[in-house]
This record gives sequence, C-alpha cells and structure tokens, in this order.
Amino acid sequence: MTTATLPAAVGKYSEAFASFAEANSDAPEWLKAVRSQAWATFSELGIPVKRRGNELWKYTDLRPLAALDFEHGIGGSVSLDEIKAAGPWDDAWDTVVVVDGVFSAELSNLQGTAGLTAGSLAEAISSGTGDIETQLASLAGREEYAFTALSTAFVDDGAYVAIADDADPATPIHVVFVTSNASGSRASYPRLLVDAGANTLAVIIETHINLAESAQLSLPVVEVFAKPGATVRHYRVQMENELSYHLGTIRVHQLDDSSFNSTTFAVGAVIARNDIHTQLDAPGASCTLHGLYMTSGTQQQDQEISTTHAKPHCTSKQFYKGILSGKSHAVFSGKVVVERDAQKSDATQKDLNLLLSRGAEIDAKPSLEIYADDVTAAHGATAGHVDRDTLFYLQSRGVDEEAAKAILIRGFAAEMLDEFKPKALYEFVERVTDERIPVLLAESDALGTA
Amino acid sequence: MLEIKNLHASVLDIDDSEILKGIDLKVGKGEVHAIMGPNGSGKSTLANVLMGRFDYVVTEGDVLIDGNSILKLRPDQRAHLGMFLAFQYPAEIPGVRPWQFLKAALDSKADANGEDKMSVRNFSKLFDEKIEAVGINPNLVKRSLNEGFSGGEKKRNEMLQLEVLQPSLAILDETDSGLDVDALRIVAEGVNSMRSPERSFVVVTHYQRLLNYITPDVVHILVKGKIVKTGGPELALEVEKDGYKQYMAEAEVNA
Repeated sequence: MTTATLPAAVGKYSEAFASFAEANSDAPEWLKAVRSQAWATFSELGIPVKRRGNELWKYTDLRPLAALDFEHGIGGSVSLDEIKAAGPWDDAWDTVVVVDGVFSAELSNLQGTAGLTAGSLAEAISSGTGDIETQLASLAGREEYAFTALSTAFVDDGAYVAIADDADPATPIHVVFVTSNASGSRASYPRLLVDAGANTLAVIIETHINLAESAQLSLPVVEVFAKPGATVRHYRVQMENELSYHLGTIRVHQLDDSSFNSTTFAVGAVIARNDIHTQLDAPGASCTLHGLYMTSGTQQQDQEISTTHAKPHCTSKQFYKGILSGKSHAVFSGKVVVERDAQKSDATQKDLNLLLSRGAEIDAKPSLEIYADDVTAAHGATAGHVDRDTLFYLQSRGVDEEAAKAILIRGFAAEMLDEFKPKALYEFVERVTDERIPVLLAESDALGTA
Repeated sequence: MLEIKNLHASVLDIDDSEILKGIDLKVGKGEVHAIMGPNGSGKSTLANVLMGRFDYVVTEGDVLIDGNSILKLRPDQRAHLGMFLAFQYPAEIPGVRPWQFLKAALDSKADANGEDKMSVRNFSKLFDEKIEAVGINPNLVKRSLNEGFSGGEKKRNEMLQLEVLQPSLAILDETDSGLDVDALRIVAEGVNSMRSPERSFVVVTHYQRLLNYITPDVVHILVKGKIVKTGGPELALEVEKDGYKQYMAEAEVNA
C-alpha cells in the first residue's frame, strides 16, 4: 500500500467536523448517522481538484477553493434593511430568513398562512415534524458528490417548508439565505427541505445574498419532495459577492402528475455551480428547468442540470441562457436519462449563449441517454455574438452602438426574465440585469460582434 | 438636400468588389426619386452605403446632406441628421419591444440635437396614433420587434418607424418586395401621407408597381453600378413595358 495522503482539503474541514460532532452529540441517532456517513463520503472524495477523467469538474478549476481556509460556526448580525436592499422582497410573502445557516425568527416574516408549515429546520428536526426523518438527506447527501456530502456532514439548521395536501398558499414562500458581514472567510451550509403535499400549489423563492466583503464558501442543499399532483414553482436567485464560492445542489423527487418548474438567476460568486437533479419517478410527472446566468471579470458559472425519466409519460424541459463577457467562463452540462420503462418520455434541452468578448468561454454539453424506444427528445446549444446586421438596424434608427448593444443584450435576457412571475421578484432580477449590462459591455470587445 | 458625387463603393475586405462605379445624383427638398434597376445593379448597396452600413467601403466620391459630407458619420449620426432607411429585410429582434426601441431612438436623436426628450406619456400618445395611422395590429407591437411578423407586417412596422421618427430624407430599400397589393397600398399611403415640401424620398425598387401608388418626381435607372438614364415618371412605365434589357446593353457598351 502506498503512503496514505488525504484527498484535497479534507484536513481543512476535519477539525471543524470533530468539534461540530462533539457539540451536537445529543442529536437524534438517525441524524448523527446521516452526518457521519456524509463525512465519511467527503473524506474519501475531498474537494474535487482533479479534472482529468472527471466529467463533473472537467471545466472547473477548484484548486483556489481547495487552498482556502474557512472558519466554521461564526456569524455576524444582520438587519432587515440589509436583507431588503440586497435581494428581492415583498411584505406579502411568507419569508424565512436563515443567517449563516441558522434560522432567524426575528428576521423572518411568517403570517400563519393556512396549510403552510415554514420555519426552522433545526426545530423541525428536534420535533420530528412530518416525514423529516425519512426525507432529510435522502435525496442529497448520500451520493458520491463531495459538496453535498460536506454540506450534509454539517447539516444542522436552515429552512423547512411543508405544504399540507390540497393546500394552495396564494402567496410565494421566500427563503432567504444570508451570509453576514462578519470578518474572515467562513463556510456555511444552507439547507432547505420542501415537502409539497398532494395537489398543492406552492411558489418557493430561494434567495442567496452575501453581505460580506471577503471570500466565503456556501454549499447550499435543497431537497424537494413533490407528492402526486403537486405543483412547485421554484425560483433561485444567487447574489454572492464576487470573491465567494457557491456550490449549490437541488434534488427533486417527483410523484404522479407532479410538476416542478425552476428558474435560476445566477450572477454572483467567483465560482458558482447550480447542480440540479430531478427524478421523474411516477407517470405524468413533468419538470421545466430554466435559468439565466451572466458572468464578467474572471467569474465562472456552471449549470449542472440533470433529469431522470424513470417512469412513462413524463416530460422534461431544460432551457438556459448565458451572457458572458471579460475573461469569464460558463459551463452548461445538461443531462437527460430516459430509463427503459420510461416510454412516451418527452425531453428537450437548450442552452443559448451570448459571448461579448474574445476572452469569454462557454462549455456547453447537452446529452441524452435513452434506454427506452418510444421517446421524443431534442437538444441543442449555441454560442453567438451580437449580430452586426441587427446592430446596424438599430443604429440606422439613431441609437448609438453602445446603447444598441445594451438593447440587444436586454432583449436576449428578456425571455428568461419574463419567467420570474412574482412581481417583486421580476422587478428585482430586471433591475440587477439592467445594472449588470453596462459592466458586461465595459468588458466586451469587437469580437463580441459578428 | 442630398447630393451624391461620383460615388464608388466596394465590399469591405474583398478585392475587386466594386459595386457602385461613379454615381451622381441630386435630390432636392420635397422631391421623390425612384431608383430602379435589375438584380445586382447595386441599388440596394446604394441605399445601404447612404446609411453607412459597416460592410461597404467608399473608395471615391462624396455624399452630402445640405452641403456637408456625411461619409465620416456613423449610422446613428446620419439618423440624427434626419436620414432614415426602410429595410428590405428588417432584422428580427427577440425580446425588444417596438415601443421601447422607438423611444430609445427618439431619445438618442433628442440627445444628439440638444432637444428635450419626449415624455413617456406624450410618446405613448404619439405611438398609439401612429399605430392606427399605419394600420398595424396593436397586439403585434407588444411582442418582440419583427419576430414572427409576416413580410407585410414587417414592412408596416418600417412605416410605423418612419411615421414616428419623421425623417427629412427617407430611403426605402425595396420596401415593396414580398408585399401583396393591399400591403403595397398601405406602404404607398404611408409614404404619400408623409410627402411634404420639407421631406425627400429615395425609393429603391425593382418593379414599377410600387410607382403606381407613389408617383415619383424623378426616375433613375441604375445598371451595373451606374445611373444609365434619368427621366420623369414615364421612364418607370417604359421599364415595365420593355424591361431592363436595353439599358443593360448600353451599360455593356459604356463599360
């Protein structure tokens, strides 16, 4: 046997895990088992710095992340005004605020909506709410994936949202994960569990905001259970600061005729990944996964999107759009697996990118694995520039080149922005986009026009 | 108003690609000139060069508006001087609403000319009036600019822009192509209603039929990059009857 060296960066987390486990030794046995199993998985995997032969991280260099030290369990204070200024907000929404991974009753705004249980995940764990014991970490955290494993090893608090069978909360449920402005670099493990009962209609907005000025690590994990006939409209807004690392996981389990629609708005972080898997596990289930990502400077945004059609008559749709400038980089990795039993599946994948500069890079990789024979599937990806003919058209009407480019970029984004239905949410993503376009344009060059 | 002097133009970055081979033309204030010619004669190139399109280069000659050369001006600056090009194939621009785009165009022009921007309220009023005048389906202009528009709808939309921007020199690049008679009539009505002593038109067309509805003051026949004949409206009828053949033969002899 060769000398045992720990996988990358495991040592940086092991002490924190040991003290976390000790401090939480009175946790329920099932939870302790989940944590130690997850830690064992992470200790074997480490931070995935090896790219060769590693399809999942082929285009993403995590060595800068592996080199950083993060503190655990230290948080700062946050005001409601700071939260409202940094993300979408509507007083009418039921809002759950989680600061540095810990639920804040004080900052949350829960209005006792009928059929809705929303609040602290730690509280739900300790009181054994609903099916939490069987649900928590059953979709995410037991797989061979370093970041869900690491996050699950530290699972403690976060947000718990359950919608009772046949309930139809009229207003969105907003879950805000805040990284506070405390000193130093800290790791946090935001967690959200959504239990959507049969025949419910739930709108869930998941927002990540970062008030710190230094590099932070956030490893959010979201698990969604959609019971038969449940409709879940999920939105994800990622607004990390430009030095931070954000590697998020969403795992969705769908039963008969359930529908999961998710739209992501990803603009923050130095390296960010949104890793979604939807499991269409009963006939008639459908999912629509949408997103808009914008990158500038040396940012990287990855969309790791996969759907498994396990049963017949399910529909999946993946559609993402990216706008890249400067020396930034984005990855779209879309995967659809249609299993042998999943006849009459319908799957589409699309990723469209607008590259504004010579230095920007997109790696788009839609893929289909089909084991059934009666399937409708289509996929495609494009990377284009600002069209010169279109630019000339706008200029001939008196709009100067910069303004014309801004109009075209905005037009490219519009289709995705329109997916953000709740009004205050739409206004927020629209404002951020309008503020971002001049930044993207400032880093664009002539090669971004063709 | 518009004066073109010995204009030569080639395709950018392509050797021996001269398309316009010495064009001389004067369009006075309030005049409507038709430029007719067979396919490949350079008439569309002329329209685009006048507006400053990026993929042509002027190698000789000059273009003057009110006595000032415009060749160094960008397309948007030419628009601010009152020039307008109605496109043969207007670009489809997803996600951009005509309303929003036209407001931006008017704002830029106001900015460039040191005028006050029109208020959103006044613009909306103007826009609604023009929509009715052009007969464009109001639902259409709520959508993306030209995306999914039929050929006729695109041309109507060009007329809408013409009406809103009120240029002093409008160049119509084969605006009649792909239009049925009804749509043709609408384009012609748009142009006719905008004829004024202060506004000039250059109507580029292959066919005479548009000129049944828009009576030009002067007709030019353009063949192989040169104007081979200039005359009154009757010249268009001659072309309708005899085609371009005789002019092409003349161009061969002169070449």
